[in-house]
Amino acid sequence: MAIDVRAQLPKLAVRLGGEGAGVAAAQRLSGGASMEMWSFSIEGPNGREDLILRHRSAPFDPETARSVTLATEAALIVACGKNGAIVPPVRHVCDDEDGLGEAYVMVAVPGETLGRRIVSDPRFDAVRGDLARQCGAALVPIHATPPPAELNLRFSDAEGELNRYWDSYVASGAQRPILELAFQYLRGRIPPPVEPILLHGDFRNGNIMFHPDKGVAAVLDWELAHVGDPAEDMGWICTNSWRFGRPDRPVGGFGDYADLLAGYEAAGGKPIELSRVRFWQMLGSLRWGVMCLGMYLSWSSGVTNSVERPMIGRRVSETEADLVVLLEQGL
Amino acid sequence: MITHPKTEELAKAVAGWIDEIRPGLDPRNAFLARVAVNVLGVIQRELTQGPAAEGRAVEGMAGVLGHPGEFAALNAELCERIRTGEFTIDTPGLLSVLTTMARDQVAIDQPNYRPEGTPAPAA
Repeated sequence: MAIDVRAQLPKLAVRLGGEGAGVAAAQRLSGGASMEMWSFSIEGPNGREDLILRHRSAPFDPETARSVTLATEAALIVACGKNGAIVPPVRHVCDDEDGLGEAYVMVAVPGETLGRRIVSDPRFDAVRGDLARQCGAALVPIHATPPPAELNLRFSDAEGELNRYWDSYVASGAQRPILELAFQYLRGRIPPPVEPILLHGDFRNGNIMFHPDKGVAAVLDWELAHVGDPAEDMGWICTNSWRFGRPDRPVGGFGDYADLLAGYEAAGGKPIELSRVRFWQMLGSLRWGVMCLGMYLSWSSGVTNSVERPMIGRRVSETEADLVVLLEQGL
Repeated sequence: MITHPKTEELAKAVAGWIDEIRPGLDPRNAFLARVAVNVLGVIQRELTQGPAAEGRAVEGMAGVLGHPGEFAALNAELCERIRTGEFTIDTPGLLSVLTTMARDQVAIDQPNYRPEGTPAPAA
């Protein structure tokens, strides 16, 4: 049963803003295939608050099957925030009383999340050159946060990820020679193991709030957090699917590898070799390709009916176009 | 296939109509309408560019595999030979064929996508 978020917001407004508080504005934000994001404001005796509601709209799909609960996500944001990570303040974790299912509320942080704007909008021209360094630095306090034991985060290293995505690929029934070759190539080049640490798991342009003056304003979308190789978070933000038309700027479409690595190291992160980041970047393209197959399957199997899903299935070819170049270049 | 209209023209006509009504839609439906227009674009390009792309793929795969065949059979055999490890990135001609296939497919799916290795756009 789908939850009517808009209908539940007035009750939430009273709970957060006190008796007499109401919803001043509410709008569903587009984007997010399995999560609904709502921007809303409440006005009440204590003034106005601009908030964001994050709510799981799809009960299950291949994208979210590996994700943590939203309550865990909120707990991680709080834990990392206490350790110095740049995160949105968590205002409220929803429970049964709110009638919103799985959801939490954050304070709205001003800035931009649309990757294409960050990559090409003149408003970001001044700060853009510093973003790769800032992103490297922003990862350090996340990676340095001890994974809260009670959250039981999953562990996954390179071999584990390759096996997981291989299983998804085989189960999809698709026959894509480029993906097969990428699996074979990466399996033969798994980097030596490192001490596992807390990972954001979805650290890429599009999941980071950037402010046109200050740069990194909040790291968002923690649902794929897990424990593993720190280079995974660095490789994912370098994956070309998240460069928004600027493949010549490998970090998020806005910066260079050297700045990302230097920013990480300068902030106290343990130095990471570029070849290791490139391994995870290539695994990132492969991962996104397999995820796109899963998006198609969630539609073809009837789990979801959004026109967005089968169309995302046609994004497999973008990862193939990237993978053949990476295979040619080598790590 | 018949003309007046061709199938791709039907798709184009629907896409044009969706574009017309898009400005009046709420943000979520405006987004989905844009996706729908993109879907119709894929259909048009697959109809117009697909046959030549498949021809190139069949020719390329047959060359690497050493025998002729139809797309699905050649593609399946290519996957199998990579899976068993018989074919690797060092197999002569393989990466070149796969590159052609990838470029042709992305030209249908997302003609504006700029793959890895594309230089900066001219200022």
